Amino acid sequence: MNNDKIITANPVLGEAFIEKKWGESSKGLLKYLLVGILFGIVFVKAEIISWFRIQEMFRLQSFFMYGVISSAIMVGIISVQIIKYLNIKTISGEKVMLPNKEFRKGQIIGGFIFGLGWAITGACPGPLFAQIGTGSSVILVTLVSAIAGTWFYGKFSHKLPN
Amino acid sequence: MKEIIEIIRQPWPWYVAGPLIGLTVPVLLILGNKSFGISSSLRHICAACIPANIPFFKYNWRKEMWNLVFVAGILLGGFIASSFMANPVAITVAASTQADLKVLGINDFTQLLPVEIFNWQNLFTGKGLVFFVVGGLLIGFGTRYAGGCTSGHAIMGLSTLQWPSFIATISFMVGGFTMIHLLMPYFMAWLM
Repeated sequence: MNNDKIITANPVLGEAFIEKKWGESSKGLLKYLLVGILFGIVFVKAEIISWFRIQEMFRLQSFFMYGVISSAIMVGIISVQIIKYLNIKTISGEKVMLPNKEFRKGQIIGGFIFGLGWAITGACPGPLFAQIGTGSSVILVTLVSAIAGTWFYGKFSHKLPN
Repeated sequence: MKEIIEIIRQPWPWYVAGPLIGLTVPVLLILGNKSFGISSSLRHICAACIPANIPFFKYNWRKEMWNLVFVAGILLGGFIASSFMANPVAITVAASTQADLKVLGINDFTQLLPVEIFNWQNLFTGKGLVFFVVGGLLIGFGTRYAGGCTSGHAIMGLSTLQWPSFIATISFMVGGFTMIHLLMPYFMAWLM
């Protein structure tokens, strides 16, 4: 108890400080690390991060990726409906908030541009991280380029149709 | 127990992987009202490292730390899976895809990525420019312009029945088909 007091009173190490700065306590952040780890394992074990899977998908030569994406969406829809109808709260007792997306031209133009990149690299942003994890270190270059692409969007977004 | 380990060691089928990915949506919502989305991490990295006074990067990215921790987890998960639970057999690529790719000059189908393209020796060549640099730029620019990627739009957006996400998902697919069928045959003839 005494120890707890000392830690929370410490402005640098205190959980309250971390929570204020990072939006979550360090323990709170850890749970997202775990979800990310499990997610990355699924990516590798199902070979979703393979360049060849994306080739198969866009050549309509395998059902695999269509099966992955559609079953993921099905499970997503059903679980969101369950959360809504049973009014399930978050673990800290808050109401679950579902963000509304507004239509913008960028969803068509930007979406098309992303699709071009997805087919070249064989990866969307998630698999890029997992590919680096599996030891394909050269994908770091792709990741840095993707960060640069995001930066260019931010720089020129006010000039783009939206 | 031995059978379970054997099943985990095998490549996982789509009907296992897909539902597990879908479950990420409710898990993140219930853990802390977080919207599943990966490409936003790229924006947070920009905001944290190179904001350059651009309004788009002026926000409290620290509050989005969970997202950066999440993608760090994905990287770590990739390491764990490939180091300790690697699939015992090489990836099986559809025979028709192999035939198509051989025409384009790709002959090695043993790894997750074609080694003829994805290696450091290619960094300062046309292959490196197209597959690493241009590909990455298109991903980063396009996802931010679209306001999300496969996870934010196709999975999270469609799970919450957002019609703009449906339009975005269709656009992703149109872009992909255009690249593979209309553009790739041309630049592959020049690169490979």
